[in-house]
Amino acid sequence: MQNESKSGRKIRVLIAKPGLDSHDRGAKVVARALRDAGMEVIYTGLRQTPEQIVEAALQEDVDVIGLSILSGAHMTLFPRIMELLKEKGLTDVLVFAGGIIPEEDVSELKKIGIKEVFGPGTPTEKIIKYVLKNAPKR
Amino acid sequence: MFDHRKIEEITKERERWEKSTLPNWIKQCPERQKEFKNHSGITVKGLYTPEDIKDLDYMRDLGFPGEYPFTRGLHATMYRGRLWTMRMFAGYGTAEDTNKRFKYLLSEGETGLSTAFDYPTIMGYDSDHPMARGEVGVCGVAVSSLRDMEILFDGIPLDRVTTSMTINGPASVLLAMYVAVGDKQGVSREKLGGTTQNDNLKEFFAQKLCIFPPKPSLKLSVDIIEYCARHLPKWNPISISGYHIREAGATAVQELAFTLYDGIAYVEETLKRGLKVDDFAHRLSFFFASHNDFFEEIAKFRAARRLWAKIMKERFHAKNPRSMWMRMHVQTSGCTLTAQQPLNNIVRTTIQALAAVLGGTQSLHTNSFDEALCLPTEESVRVALRTQQIIAYESGVANTVDPLAGSYYVEALTNEMEEKAMEYIQKIDDMGGVIPAIEKGFFQREIADSAYRYQREIEEKKRIIVGVNEYIIEGEEIPIKLLRVNPSVEKKQVERLQKLRRERDNRKVKEALEKLHYTAEKGENLMPTIIEAVKAYATLGEIMDVLRKVYGEYKELIII
Repeated sequence: MQNESKSGRKIRVLIAKPGLDSHDRGAKVVARALRDAGMEVIYTGLRQTPEQIVEAALQEDVDVIGLSILSGAHMTLFPRIMELLKEKGLTDVLVFAGGIIPEEDVSELKKIGIKEVFGPGTPTEKIIKYVLKNAPKR
Repeated sequence: MFDHRKIEEITKERERWEKSTLPNWIKQCPERQKEFKNHSGITVKGLYTPEDIKDLDYMRDLGFPGEYPFTRGLHATMYRGRLWTMRMFAGYGTAEDTNKRFKYLLSEGETGLSTAFDYPTIMGYDSDHPMARGEVGVCGVAVSSLRDMEILFDGIPLDRVTTSMTINGPASVLLAMYVAVGDKQGVSREKLGGTTQNDNLKEFFAQKLCIFPPKPSLKLSVDIIEYCARHLPKWNPISISGYHIREAGATAVQELAFTLYDGIAYVEETLKRGLKVDDFAHRLSFFFASHNDFFEEIAKFRAARRLWAKIMKERFHAKNPRSMWMRMHVQTSGCTLTAQQPLNNIVRTTIQALAAVLGGTQSLHTNSFDEALCLPTEESVRVALRTQQIIAYESGVANTVDPLAGSYYVEALTNEMEEKAMEYIQKIDDMGGVIPAIEKGFFQREIADSAYRYQREIEEKKRIIVGVNEYIIEGEEIPIKLLRVNPSVEKKQVERLQKLRRERDNRKVKEALEKLHYTAEKGENLMPTIIEAVKAYATLGEIMDVLRKVYGEYKELIII
C-alpha cells in the first residue's frame, strides 16, 4: 500500500477531538487503524479547543486532520477550526470528520472545506483508502 | 447437583454420541463456523450437558431468591411482586424543556426519572463559559444554578418520584441542588429517593469526563457516600458503572471485573471515614450495559450478583444481607445501535432488554432506535418504553423467578464469567489497586485493545452486524424524523444565568465560596458547605472553580 508522499515522508495525521464530549472510542480506533496502515498518527486527546487543534496541526506539520465529535457542537466548532487553519496558512491540509453528524449538516460542512464526513458504521478500511488517495502530495 | 455415577454415565453416552450420531450430521450440515465465541472471547460449545456443571452445588452457588449468594435474584418474588423500574434517561434544552419531557414520561407510565445533563454541566462549567459554546442543552439539560433545578422539578413532588442523575465530577453540587429543591417543597431529607451516578473512578478509563485528578475525585465520591449514610437514608449515593466501560469497548468480562473492582475501592475508601460496612453498603448501586450476546449478558448479570455478595461477605465481612445485595440498573447498549436501517435497533433493544430482565435487573433503560443519529424524539422514546411494557405484560417472562437457572449453558457460563472476572480482580489487587492501575494505563489499554479487536472482527466479517457489513441497503435514505435542539436554548440559558448573577445576594455567595475553599483545603466532607453555597445561588461553575483551585485539573493520559 502506498502510504508515503512523493518525498518519501510518511503521511502525518492529526486525529483531534473538539467539543466537550468524551466518546473517544471511534477516534482511537481510527487513529490505530491509520497507524497500522503505516501513517504517522498524533492523537490530541479529549476536549481540545479549535485553537489547540490548529496549533497542534502546525507544530506537528501534519498533512491530514481527522476531527471526531459526537456532542452535536460541530456547527459551532468546525467553522472556527477551518477559519483558524486559513489564518495560519494551513490551507493544503486535508480535513475530514467523523461522529454523529446529521446528513443535513454535511453539505454545510463541505462548503467550509471539510472534505468528507464519515458516519457511524464506516469501515476503517474506507477511511484509510480515502486518506491515501486524498492526502496532499508534498 | 448430580450424582457422581450419573455424570459418568452421561460422559460415556456423550462420547458415544460424538462418535456415532454427531459426525453424520456434521457431514450433512457442517457447522457454520470453525469456532463460536462470545464477546468476551469465551469459546461456546455446541452442546452443554450436566457434565459442564457437575460441581455446581445448588445451595452454595445458586440458593433461593432473596438469599445469599443472590444468584437467582435479590427478592424472593422478583417480578411477580413488583416489576423492574422503567427508567428512561432524558434531558435536553433548557430546564423547562426537560421538565415537560419528564411530565410526559410520567404520564406515559414511567415509574422513575433519570436526568441527562448537557456537557458543560457534566464538566462543571456554567452555560456562559467559553468551553460551553455550542454545547448548551444539546446532549442533555443545562443546569448552572439552583434556579435551573427548581424549574427542572417544578410540579414534580420529590417525595413521590425517585430521580437518577447521571453526574459524576460535579455530583455533590447537583445533589445539593436536589436537596435544596426538596427542602423548598417541604419534603424531608429522609424521604428523598434517587441516585447520583457519582462514580468518578470509571471516568478515568471509560466515560472520561474527568475534572480532577484521581485522588480528589475518589474523595468527592466518598463524601457523598458518607453524607448519604448519615443524612439521606433513601438516596443511592453512587451507581458503580460498568455501562461506560462496556461502551468504551470492554468485553463483558472486563466490564464485570473492572466495575466490581471500582466497587471494592469505594468500600475501602468509605471504611476509612469511620463508617462500618453495614452502615452504607446497602445503598451502593450498580449500572451495567446489556449488549447483543443474549446468554453472555444474562450470565454476566447473574455472576455479578453472586460475585459481589461473596466480596461483601468474605472480603469486607458484611453481616447484613442487604449489604451483599447488588442492586442494578441496566441500559441497553448504545454502541450496538446502527445509523443504518435504524428501525432494526428496536429489535436489538428488545433482545438486550429481555436479557436484562432474565438477568434480574432492578431497573431498566431501553434505548430509542434513532440514537445513533440524534437525541431521541418523543415517538422513538415511546417505542422504547413500550418495549419494556411488552416484555413485562405480554411475554410472560416476568411470571417466574430466574427462569434460566439450571440451564447447563447458562450456569456453566455464569461460572466462567465469574472465574474470569476473579482473575482480573486478582491482577488489579497485585497492581496495588485501582488508582495505580489507572496511573499505569492498565484499564485504558485493555479497553482500547478490545475496542480495536471488535472493530477488526466487524471489518473482517467475523462478526456480522445486520445493515452495516451484511444486508446493506445501498444509497439508503434515513426514513426517520430527527430531533434538533433549538439553537435559542443557549441564548435563553445564558440570559437567565446572567440575570441570576445580578439579582442574587453576591456577598452571601462570596462568603459561601470562601467557606467552601477553606473546607476543601482542610479535607473535610464538602456536602454541607456545598448545600449552603447552592442555596445562596452560587453557580455550578463557581463552586467547581473553587475546587479546581484546590485540587488541580486532571491531565489525560493518552493511550491509543
